[in-house]
Amino acid sequence: MSDMVDARGLSCPQPVMLTMEKIKKVKKGEIAILVDTDTSKENVSRAATSQGWKVKGVNQDGTGYRIMIAKK
Amino acid sequence: MIRKFFASRWGIISVGAFIGVFAPLLQKWGNPGNMGICVACFERDIAGALGFHRAAVVQYMRPEIIGFVLGALIAAYLFKEFRPRAGSAPIVRFVLGAFAMIGALVFLGCPWRAMLRLAGGDWNAIFGILGLVGGIWIGTLFLRGGYNLGRAEKTHTSVGWLLPLIMLGFLVLMLLYPQVEGQDKSGILFYSIKGPGVMHAPLFIALGVGLAVGILAQRSRFCTMGAFRDLILFRQTHLFSGVVALVVVAFITNLILKQFHPGFANQPVAHTMSLWNFVGMVLAGLAFALAGGCPGRQLFLAGEGDGDAAVFVLGMIVGAGFAHNFALASSPNGVGPHGIAAVIIGLVVCLFIGFTMRKKVA
Repeated sequence: MSDMVDARGLSCPQPVMLTMEKIKKVKKGEIAILVDTDTSKENVSRAATSQGWKVKGVNQDGTGYRIMIAKK
Repeated sequence: MIRKFFASRWGIISVGAFIGVFAPLLQKWGNPGNMGICVACFERDIAGALGFHRAAVVQYMRPEIIGFVLGALIAAYLFKEFRPRAGSAPIVRFVLGAFAMIGALVFLGCPWRAMLRLAGGDWNAIFGILGLVGGIWIGTLFLRGGYNLGRAEKTHTSVGWLLPLIMLGFLVLMLLYPQVEGQDKSGILFYSIKGPGVMHAPLFIALGVGLAVGILAQRSRFCTMGAFRDLILFRQTHLFSGVVALVVVAFITNLILKQFHPGFANQPVAHTMSLWNFVGMVLAGLAFALAGGCPGRQLFLAGEGDGDAAVFVLGMIVGAGFAHNFALASSPNGVGPHGIAAVIIGLVVCLFIGFTMRKKVA
């Protein structure tokens, strides 16, 4: 079971802040992040990459996106 | 491909550069000095055109603002990003918008114009920019402490259309009641016959540039507040590189157009009271940070369906009414009679909002 961040409906910079918090907490593994705007999708992907995580996939989830990031 | 480009560093840099070319050009084509684009000033002029304040020198329905919102709407639909949403503490956003405007009008410019003033050689802008960064820094402390305004909800498409429709209505009014040379009123709209309000680029050029900026900024998420916030909060330079591009390119464009006049004194639509240039922008920066976007970004968000950003915009327009009706706004002579009191009240209100709204969402 991967960790999850639900950032739907939150405005900048909350989605990135929540993602960063989670990254600091779990250090490695997989995290699923739910966002509902393209801006958040880009910002979260950019932030995860900058922390050495890989964006494994972005899937449509309802009207938003589910971003899977991972670090070994 | 296009989507990828605008999300890249070169994407945001090219949008900053585009604004850096066209803002000085708009000045060349008629807009006031170092005010090719100023979101706060232009919304203030719109408030004047509607008669929400009666400062005779700043009344004009600025087509750039209309273009920003409609351009963002067009881009959002073209790229399937129109997302109607609302309900994240709208009244707070309204109040933040009003005080952001009051702070910006004590300095005489939004963050966009602060950058353009710097690029035009107005060194008073340095104090404004330092204040802006200071205000944003205070905002990041609140963000770190858990401040947030709660979640927005998906809503009816028409909710997202309301601000764009209001802007379209403004454009229709402008076409119905065009400016008549030497007259301060045309139909129901007020116009200026002297001062910055009379200085403007031709309507369709201003609207065209506004639309282009709206489209590009929606794609690239250009934000002058986010630039500093992300730098302070995450050491991230993505948005910041867009603002740097704007300043550098605007500086070069000003040199070419012979619009670069370095100094402190006698700068266009500016005053030299450094302390209040600084503190005014602390208030504006803090309000933008707490609301999650600079005034330009709020227009683009409103164009892509964000009803809360739309409320912020309306707050700014109402704030402009207060600023001029209560003599809070500065003039080239210095701060208004009640400007200092208003800035202090604004800071207290922002601190109240920052300290008390930290409900955990996760």
